[in-house]
Amino acid sequence: MADMIKGNNAIAEAAVRAGVKLYAGYPITPSTEIMEYLSKRLPEVGGSFVQAESELAGINMVMGAAACGVRALTASSGPGISLKQEGISCISDEELACVVINVVRYGNGLGTLYSAQCDYHRETRGGGNGDYRCIVLCPESIQEAVDLMAPAYDLAEKYRIVTVMMTEGALGQMMEPCEMPDFIEPKKHPWGFDGKYSYKKIGIFDRNSMTEAVALNKKHETIKAEEQRWEEDGLEDAEYVFVAFGLPGRSVKGAVKQLRAEGHKVGFIRPITTWPFPEKAFENINKDVKGIISVEANATGQLIDDVALTIKKTIKDRNVPSYCLPCVYGIPTIKFTKEGLHKIISGEIKEAY
Amino acid sequence: MAKARKVPAIIDNPMSFCPGCGHGIVVRLIAECLEELGQDQNIIFALGVGCSSLLGGGLVIDRLHCPHGRASAVATGMKRVQPENTIVAYQGDGDAYSIGIAETINAAYRNENFTMISINNTNYGMTGGQMSWTTMPGQVTTTSPLGRDCEVTGNPLKFPELAASQFDVAFAARGAVTSPKNINKLKKYIKNGLEAQINGEGYSVIEVLSPCPTNWKMTPLNAMKRIDEELIPYYPLGVFKERKEN
Repeated sequence: MADMIKGNNAIAEAAVRAGVKLYAGYPITPSTEIMEYLSKRLPEVGGSFVQAESELAGINMVMGAAACGVRALTASSGPGISLKQEGISCISDEELACVVINVVRYGNGLGTLYSAQCDYHRETRGGGNGDYRCIVLCPESIQEAVDLMAPAYDLAEKYRIVTVMMTEGALGQMMEPCEMPDFIEPKKHPWGFDGKYSYKKIGIFDRNSMTEAVALNKKHETIKAEEQRWEEDGLEDAEYVFVAFGLPGRSVKGAVKQLRAEGHKVGFIRPITTWPFPEKAFENINKDVKGIISVEANATGQLIDDVALTIKKTIKDRNVPSYCLPCVYGIPTIKFTKEGLHKIISGEIKEAY
Repeated sequence: MAKARKVPAIIDNPMSFCPGCGHGIVVRLIAECLEELGQDQNIIFALGVGCSSLLGGGLVIDRLHCPHGRASAVATGMKRVQPENTIVAYQGDGDAYSIGIAETINAAYRNENFTMISINNTNYGMTGGQMSWTTMPGQVTTTSPLGRDCEVTGNPLKFPELAASQFDVAFAARGAVTSPKNINKLKKYIKNGLEAQINGEGYSVIEVLSPCPTNWKMTPLNAMKRIDEELIPYYPLGVFKERKEN
């Protein structure tokens, strides 16, 4: 029987086991336990922990460590990740590899402490200035978050890109039974600085942005083709398909099970990567589907944009209506999702696209 | 016959600094010190923005171009994971003391074991000569067109003195590039700072008073004269924090 463990602590321990050697960050609820845990744990395994003076400094310390080819981590919540955007953009531009954890809380500006998914647009679009994307992993459980930690670094290093693990306040704060993975000793990358100029690098003013743009697009296309992850069920005969990630995704699975038992032909797609968005899953949807429904924890509906665009790309011969059920914050209950479907069928909720 | 001095091996390309700029002298001194200390194949630079970033094309060393003001945070991350490498944060005054003052101060505050070398030319060089936190009282810049009024902008910042008096750093000094005598002293400061790091004594900072003829709108010679006559009386040269064993 697996041990009960708090989400943030489990993620932090998984990071240690994935070979993280530096954590630098700044406290913010509901992510802080990650840094608290690592302040004790990293020195035990010969790693370094820095309580940075700000989120800006924290992500730049991560950049320094990443430049040396070492696995480095920072974690924060919505407003803190906003401050880190400069660094994330620069790390992306330098094609360094690191993992950033966003334990999402609700709201604009300072926001609140409620669990939410309102940073979807920011995380999946890159967030900072310039042309770049981050690979975004969205676990539905503590176990899945733990299991995704080593792959998060593998992906970051394979593509020399930033991987964002986008969890939610509730996931960070709740406890579940969880099996921990084994320790990994990451290999040293040839592009990591060693002081000997063994990785030849050109100066900023000598770069050819046209050539780099072609290479960047190629990299993004490869990631889109190779790295989509999702869970799905009931798509073959579905009249309505729900799309939800993270904790809402887990809740929607329960709603789909109950609705099926009540005779409704429904299915679900739970994106595990929200970038790349799992477009391949949409190809498995029944071509006569009546509607597609995003269920998300924000006010305005953000996931719906990708859902509507993707169904447009996969079912081209007609306009499949897409609906949005935003529960603002928290985790949508099974009741919320079921009532949402009934309102959509009765016409009480109109399509978003 | 005068003996020609060998150019350090890590300097391979011409760097595109303006005529009369002081950066080139400082880069040469750092390179010589690294070579003499046997660190020229063990060095990583965290380069600041602005004119400091021009080093990127001229040095055959590991170097990362850091976001605006953040070089000391980047250097912190580098040193924490590669303590066996010598790490230098190379920044200008606008980068280190204005936008990056938080990262700069906090690295000194934590006594991070790397060396920060800042080129103080009392303005933002690359963006065209705006006021920085080291611009002199009354100095005309593009953002202090009537001369810097310290009543409304605060007074020019003296970072090595601040680091030496407030924090437990290993070494803090200020030099200048105005004469062979000053250049030789500056080289000693740089060497001391690097040795402090190599010996694990902690944070070292060397500030360099350096001319910016282009933005000061002066001839190179007059720019050097300005440093001697106007800057040094306000920014005294010397060592503010001696190394413990010295």
